Amino acid sequence: MASKRISSAKELEQLGRDIASKADPDKRIVSICTMSVCGQSRGSGAIAERFAEEIRRAGLEEKAEVRQTGCQGFCEREPVVIIFPEGFYYVNVEPDDVPEIVSATLSKGELVERLLYTDPTTGERAAKESDIPFYSHQMPIVFGDNRRINPREIDDYIGLGGYGALSKALFEMSPEQVLDEVKKSNLRGRGGGGFPTGRKWETTRNASGETKYVLVNCDEGDPGAYMDRSIMEGNPHSVLEGLLIGAYAIGSHEGFIYVRDEYPLAYDNTIQAVKHAEEYGLIGENILGSGFDLRVSVHRGAGAFVSGESTALMNAIEGRVGEPRMKYIRTAVSGLKGMPTCLNNVETWANVPLIINRGSEWFNSIGTEGSKGTKIFSLVGKVNNTGLVEVPMGMTLRQLVYDIGGGIPQGNKLKAVQTGGPSGGVIPEQYLDTPIDFDELTKLGSMMGSGGMVVMDEDTCMVDTARYFISFCCEESCGQCSPCREGLRMLREILNDICEGKGQEGDIEAIEDIAEVMQDASLCALGGTAANPALTTLKYFRDEYEAHIREQRCPAQACQALTCYYIDPALCTACLICRRNCPTEAIYGEKGIVHWIDQEKCIKCDTCFQVCPPRFSAVRRISGEPLPEPPAPGTRVTREEKG
Amino acid sequence: MMVSTTKSKGLPKASGAVKKAVGSYGKDKEALIQVLLDLQAVFGWLPPGVLREVSEQLDVPVVQVYRIASYYKAFSLQPRGRHIIKVCMGTACQVRRSPQLLNTISAVLKMKPCETSTDGRFTLETVNCLGCCAMGPVVAIDDVYHSNPSTADLQKVFESAE
Repeated sequence: MASKRISSAKELEQLGRDIASKADPDKRIVSICTMSVCGQSRGSGAIAERFAEEIRRAGLEEKAEVRQTGCQGFCEREPVVIIFPEGFYYVNVEPDDVPEIVSATLSKGELVERLLYTDPTTGERAAKESDIPFYSHQMPIVFGDNRRINPREIDDYIGLGGYGALSKALFEMSPEQVLDEVKKSNLRGRGGGGFPTGRKWETTRNASGETKYVLVNCDEGDPGAYMDRSIMEGNPHSVLEGLLIGAYAIGSHEGFIYVRDEYPLAYDNTIQAVKHAEEYGLIGENILGSGFDLRVSVHRGAGAFVSGESTALMNAIEGRVGEPRMKYIRTAVSGLKGMPTCLNNVETWANVPLIINRGSEWFNSIGTEGSKGTKIFSLVGKVNNTGLVEVPMGMTLRQLVYDIGGGIPQGNKLKAVQTGGPSGGVIPEQYLDTPIDFDELTKLGSMMGSGGMVVMDEDTCMVDTARYFISFCCEESCGQCSPCREGLRMLREILNDICEGKGQEGDIEAIEDIAEVMQDASLCALGGTAANPALTTLKYFRDEYEAHIREQRCPAQACQALTCYYIDPALCTACLICRRNCPTEAIYGEKGIVHWIDQEKCIKCDTCFQVCPPRFSAVRRISGEPLPEPPAPGTRVTREEKG
Repeated sequence: MMVSTTKSKGLPKASGAVKKAVGSYGKDKEALIQVLLDLQAVFGWLPPGVLREVSEQLDVPVVQVYRIASYYKAFSLQPRGRHIIKVCMGTACQVRRSPQLLNTISAVLKMKPCETSTDGRFTLETVNCLGCCAMGPVVAIDDVYHSNPSTADLQKVFESAE
């Protein structure tokens, strides 16, 4: 980056032009997601190193370079390599594939066919990102720049026009006009609440008090959601720019970014982004020579789910225990240190520069009546194409799961989609054609929440799902108010009993009673919504609860206490695979001798079921029926091994 | 489970480390959580001596320091193993059978969740979401993420950890 401070809008524009013009249009860019833990977990770092080495070896330094980027969305197929300008898209790349990509694609512009994405249903190969169904239904306005920039290089962001919206706001618009534009955009908070952002800004702006604060909430605690991490890791400057614009509209001169402890890479990239922005004079005093000041500090969380609640987060920034406070007065009036405070989620802030650049009318053209713009969802669980997807509000769950997600693995049947994290609920298959937005999912007893979308198939037990969320909230409850603290503890006991086959008649009614009290009497939204997963699973899957209670049967064969593993002697080919993989040596048998499981030693880790080759399918999960006698020791294999 | 608490060589003295951490935030009392995070990273846990030192140097009552240190999950008031294993229990991992993965790891290491091995090598923990949801089930071993590892993969990693 240039070392000089940028002191006017003109200089910023010039710098953007310089960076863009320096980029050689004939030079190929090898874009690899190394700035995200998903990519890292699949070894993308080694791929990037190998590319640098092979490019050097082939003497192609002038013709190609590696760009290390943040999350590109299609995490399931990591490591992914995208070659620009063509946009060739290679999936599941191994280090040893790199020399071939360098000699074919980087030297000659030719495709390496075998590394292309193959559609599992049609068998067709897709050369480019836009040909892959996972991407072709998306609208990546917030998330799309991730693959083009290295998040640690501010110049990459400025080269794409970054901080242009800030410049426009500071020099061409009054704070009132900025506020008005955001209000007219109908942007609603992406963290889950869906509160109109413009109204929140206005309340903070109009509240009395000389000091006002603006806050970025990157305490993404909802299990199953990771879009905030990926924006903060992959494009932190877009959030900073949004924060600056918001502070200008509100009249704030101090901002905080709160990043959760579990996201070390997001924290590092945010620190780096703030440092670079300070060096360029985009944060600090007299920003771009406009006379507007904003200081920004980055605060690490220390691991507490409830800290994502606005008042708890403010307590945490003050160095105190992250517990919610009573909100007699809104935080927009009395928040951090008792001052008017505007807290928005990462994705909300990242939408702001787009609205300023392209106008509220454009933003209103995307989405549904009550929910405008796009939303990033983390499409995870039992779905073929897991990853982050950005779609216009109003897309149906079916489109999301089948068109983008590619359906359910192993031809299994979809049971439900869990949305909204621990405050949300499950939406069963019959409602898949519901358009996704803030209001529609609430009508079904769930919520859109921060965008976690966990797909569940027939192997997922709905009682266990409720037990899981209730246990989660039980551990995370701060314990201040008794409806939440005690209600969750009681719900957990009941649900544990049901999952262990010790449920009784009357348990279901008890769950409903406790849930009602929690909804009415809890101090904060965590307690008020914590029973939702139990209530929605009861509403749509009451029969599963009844099977557990009355027949000690788990229909999904997932509850460990109610499920046993059994090797069918008629199907076993004695291939030894399950025996070798069993971590407790609970499987007996040898070559030619049918295998059997010692139930005393079995820890129900599911390993044997998973490793038994599908062409044999000899391992069965059994629930609610008597376990067949194991074969007599030394029983010989009767089934012939084929292929 | 008891673990030797003798100080390893190479760890800084409590007072010096606390002074450095407190100083880097300009002795700001509001930075208490940040100071403790830094010290947790230095020592791997928060020994009582360190907490008392923080209380003195930051001029914050010791009870408040303990309140913070016991409330947040990032802090440990007991020594931890040299290698930290975090099994993700997030929803996406849950539906892809992370409880079973936890069982496997427990069986391979012969230790229960939340325990530290007697030789001080490993601490086995669960975490509510690592935000690596597309890769589930995920286990992070010393901050290296492993996506759906097999029993053999795990044994290899554990054997190579000293």
